[in-house]
Amino acid sequence: MNPVLHAGDVAFAYDRRGRSVVDGVTLAVPRGTIAGLLGPNGSGKTTLLRLLSGVVTPARGTVTIDGVPIATLSRREMARRVAIVPQETHSTFDFSVLEIVLMGRYPHLGAFELEGKDDVAIARAAMSATGTAAFEARRFATLSGGEKQRVVIASALAQSSEILLLDEPTASLDLGFQFEIATLLARLNRERGVTMVVSTHDLNLAATLCTELVLLKAGRVLAYGPTERVLNADSIRTLYGVEADVVKHPRAGHLTVVPIGRAD
Amino acid sequence: MAAPIDVRRRLIATVSVFGALTALCCLLAPIVGSTPISLSRVFSRTIPFADNVDAQVFFVARLPRVIAAALVGSGLAVAGVVFQALLRNPLASPDTLGVSAGATLGAMIAITFHVDVTLMGITSVPLASFVGSAGALGIVYLLAAARRRGTSSTVLLLAGVALSAFLGALLRLIQLVADFTDTLRNVRWMMGSLDVASYAPIVAALAPMAFAFVVAGALPRVLDLISLGAEAAESRGVDVRRAERIALLSASLSTGAAVSLGGPIPFVGIVVPHIVRLLVGADHRLVLPASALFGASFVIVCDLVARTALGPVELPVGTVTAIIGGPFFLWLLFRRLA
Repeated sequence: MNPVLHAGDVAFAYDRRGRSVVDGVTLAVPRGTIAGLLGPNGSGKTTLLRLLSGVVTPARGTVTIDGVPIATLSRREMARRVAIVPQETHSTFDFSVLEIVLMGRYPHLGAFELEGKDDVAIARAAMSATGTAAFEARRFATLSGGEKQRVVIASALAQSSEILLLDEPTASLDLGFQFEIATLLARLNRERGVTMVVSTHDLNLAATLCTELVLLKAGRVLAYGPTERVLNADSIRTLYGVEADVVKHPRAGHLTVVPIGRAD
Repeated sequence: MAAPIDVRRRLIATVSVFGALTALCCLLAPIVGSTPISLSRVFSRTIPFADNVDAQVFFVARLPRVIAAALVGSGLAVAGVVFQALLRNPLASPDTLGVSAGATLGAMIAITFHVDVTLMGITSVPLASFVGSAGALGIVYLLAAARRRGTSSTVLLLAGVALSAFLGALLRLIQLVADFTDTLRNVRWMMGSLDVASYAPIVAALAPMAFAFVVAGALPRVLDLISLGAEAAESRGVDVRRAERIALLSASLSTGAAVSLGGPIPFVGIVVPHIVRLLVGADHRLVLPASALFGASFVIVCDLVARTALGPVELPVGTVTAIIGGPFFLWLLFRRLA
């Protein structure tokens, strides 16, 4: 398979003399996959996502999309290819849900151009795909955490990019919403062919959702491959220092992780 | 507000309604005042201008004042909108980053030390005040340029507060060495006055303000996105650093021009954008033009009150905006906390 998103030996440090947060990461995300990014706090997951999205520039190495180095793309061109769903979104002003989703059309419009019928249609389609169409007129600030996250995903979909980067999309959500978002992402991947990179601390979410996993520790790739092969008791012990049972759950039909205790 | 359907239609409706309001204020305000005048005499062709007191009052005393009020109101309101989005803080205002304090410092120096420079018909006080605002802008601009990506806008906000406090200290130092007459002039200047009495200062303020407005005209969508967070904006395709600098430049220029024309008239930059948002929603493509127009109307009306309320004694216009704006601001704050 040809990788749609490729990182070649990328490194990055926030402080020029400081430790590299991402230290020589190489990975290739094939088109149409959902890749999970696992690793303990401070392992460089968020920074790697920022590097992949071009929000920060690597000190070393290159990121390419369809073979094009992203350093050669403008922010606008980049936004047409990659959309980001941050952990949380706060709105300073009282925007409606539809207004937030329509902002996803920004990279497709000229500086003085207003959205046309097509843009509204794309936004509405993104909203029905995420189950947010019913509250398009509501104020974004009045929504629950799960609803907000779905609206932000709709806004990212409205960007019409084929790659979606999600930074702990379920971190602040309850169990019900976690399932909802996971189901939504799986469906978007299946129906729209969106390639996704999802960072998460939720091992079971990763096991359900992701076809491939990247294990990140101290800014380096510990393992990268199909979920079934990468997610096991050894890798969890190395990553988190936790003993866990990893078994295929008969009812769930996928790997499940049961943490037992701290490994000593 | 109803669900947003068609931005184009809403934009046309918004500009028409607020434009009509502004036009109405501009036309009616010069007629009202302590000396009653008749419109038919003002525009009468049979009386020569030199003998036509009504026309003189209208064209020389009142019209420039109304135009100055409109410009100052628009400038401060637009700057308020831009600063609030840029700093992701709905309580930010044109004074927040110290541009206003810089302008005041400039004016105080010119008044106290009797600086006597005239440039293209602009007298020393507005000139020095504009230079002062440019100096403050320069410092803020350097801070913005130096701040690293990922640094929150809180840093910029704190820097602005610190700069304002520092400039405020310099202001008091200058007050200390000023003699009695100059102190009075300083105080009067700080209360704000739109009694320009000629068209020259208006023409002078027009250039930087027009530039600032044209630049701000390209910003609304960027401001929408930046108000959601720098990273969110970046990921939607906004070059945030560039946008921040352009927005800073535009808002500071229009603040500087407005303050050098009318003095530091308080609360316009915060009250106007909030009233406008209550009426048209959050979309900056509507908020920006509506605030420019409503800001003009607001200051024209406040100045009208200042001229007539205790007539023939004139209130400083800054007092009127503060009397209206202060309680409104507090109400806004409590509404947010509630």
